[in-house]
Amino acid sequence: MTFLEFLARNWTDVLDATVAHAVLVLQGLGLAVLIGVPVSVLTYRTGAPRAAVLGAAGLLLTIPSYALFGLLITPLGLGNGPSIVALTLYALLPVMRNAVVGLREVDPAVTESARAMGMGRLQMLATIELPLAWPVLLTGLRVATQLLLSIGAIAAAVNGPGLGNLILDGLATAGTPFAVYLTIEGAAGIVLLAVLFDLLFAAVNRLTTPRGLGT
Amino acid sequence: MTQPDTTHRTTDVTHTTDTTGTTGTVDDSAMIRLEKLCKRYPGQAGAAVEELTLDIPAGQIVVFVGPSGCGKTTTMKLINRLIEPTSGRIHLGGQDVTEMPAHQLRRRIGYTIQQGGLFPHRTVADNIATVPRMLGWDKARVTRRADELLELVGLDPDIYGRRYPKQLSGGQQQRVGVARALGGDPQVMLMDEPFGAIDPLNREALQNEFLRIQAELRKTIVFVTHDIDEAVKMGDKIAIFGDGGKVLQYDTPERLLADPADSHVADFIGSGAAVRRLSLTRLEGLPVPDWSVVEQRADAQTRESALARAARAGHDYVLVLDGERRPTAWLTVGAAGRQDGADGAADGPSDARTQGPAPGEELPLITPMGPRHSLFDALDHMLSANASAVAVVDGDGRFRGVLDMDAVRSLMNTEARHSRDGSDALQEV
Repeated sequence: MTFLEFLARNWTDVLDATVAHAVLVLQGLGLAVLIGVPVSVLTYRTGAPRAAVLGAAGLLLTIPSYALFGLLITPLGLGNGPSIVALTLYALLPVMRNAVVGLREVDPAVTESARAMGMGRLQMLATIELPLAWPVLLTGLRVATQLLLSIGAIAAAVNGPGLGNLILDGLATAGTPFAVYLTIEGAAGIVLLAVLFDLLFAAVNRLTTPRGLGT
Repeated sequence: MTQPDTTHRTTDVTHTTDTTGTTGTVDDSAMIRLEKLCKRYPGQAGAAVEELTLDIPAGQIVVFVGPSGCGKTTTMKLINRLIEPTSGRIHLGGQDVTEMPAHQLRRRIGYTIQQGGLFPHRTVADNIATVPRMLGWDKARVTRRADELLELVGLDPDIYGRRYPKQLSGGQQQRVGVARALGGDPQVMLMDEPFGAIDPLNREALQNEFLRIQAELRKTIVFVTHDIDEAVKMGDKIAIFGDGGKVLQYDTPERLLADPADSHVADFIGSGAAVRRLSLTRLEGLPVPDWSVVEQRADAQTRESALARAARAGHDYVLVLDGERRPTAWLTVGAAGRQDGADGAADGPSDARTQGPAPGEELPLITPMGPRHSLFDALDHMLSANASAVAVVDGDGRFRGVLDMDAVRSLMNTEARHSRDGSDALQEV
């Protein structure tokens, strides 16, 4: 049986796993944004707290993914829980680092003018700083997404959803006729998702970057 | 201007504690009054600004000038409390604003800085509309205001309103910066080296344009610069800062140049103070010496006698006036009356050369000096046209007199004496 014949038989499984994989990544990314952006906003002007937060996020990224998923089984059990939390932790560094860099790169002359014109802290953040930091923040999201798409495959090891299950099945049945096909399906799905997300981010970037900021 | 009780009280305090008596009298026209203002940063030995008391009169440009690190920008930022004072009071239009919510205070004060600080993600019109929108103006009024201000600073609203800051040149950005600072129609403007980043040519154009706008709007302006020439040009009054935010001298440009308070001030002004003063002295209010004149239509005999009179008066030339008493030409007295002849410089009578025009020859006169010209212009004209004198006219172009080198010199000396006599406003010496 060729690969295509194999795919024709189980393509619904592949599609389901792909959708589940995308949803898993978006959940992890969403949580990372909800946590990371406010933390960045609170710490980007400070010295030590900012360094501590970014350092901690960097440390999280160095934990081998197999180990992190495994460690999370103890508090969170199996399945979606540890998978989403692990991905969130991995996404924190790119999200926060870019948010901080973006906010810090806003021209001090611009923020000083805003302050001198009588803008309050929140108004300045909402109307000046975040819009100006947005392109850099968006790049952080793009990087985080690519990272999560590949790490997300490990979720299968803790009974999580996604394309990792196809790969894991392939590995488990190594030596049987279709083992390679399963692995290829899982990997190709992830590559496909990566390309799609990248296109999506390029479009969002184009549509949402304020016109005065483009090159 | 109404002054609430608090102002009276604090004003009294100034007077009882100020033993030097140099801070001047209670001046109701002061728009901004800084009172014993102090700024100290923790961990620094000296104060950034120490016990500064300064009145800034309404409708005038007061220039803070001094070397970098002297506290002039800090002082400016204390006024809109971008930097909060450690102690002392700030009064604005008779109201103590030291404790009022900073954002309310700032919306009443325009602010421009050297880097422009325009919001890059907003159009020019939106930038200008920032403060009006915060003040809650309705949409139509905001739009009208933005258009009006763009026109004021010489930018076509239809073309530039929808552009983004990076699509403008540096000079245009600075114009928009000024327009934005004027957005909420503040009475007070703070400007921190607004033209500092502009090339010299455009800089001068912007300065002139800004002076034109100011003549119209009469805002109270604090203008910070490190360039004494710009200070002399822009300022109605100049405060020279020394180290530690101390004002070494607070005076009109004329008095500052004629009579620097101490050697620090003199050093900062540098050489050429006398030449700078020339450009500050407008012909308008000066007594211009009379000169020998003759009517254009006069017959030959009248001309002859005019030439003879001029020769006796020691004048090399007779000024020819038309029926409206407007100067039209110079008439050479020449060898007939005087030893030295004249050459044919078209634009005014020139100094002796060996082969001058014959006596009675007319030399056309191109540009007489008007009331807005300065002694500097007059002198410049003489030097560049190789002429020994220039005709001076009033606003309607009618003859007032003639200035020659000697007249300029004696006028400068009289002016200097006037300035010294009137120098009573030294502060914080």
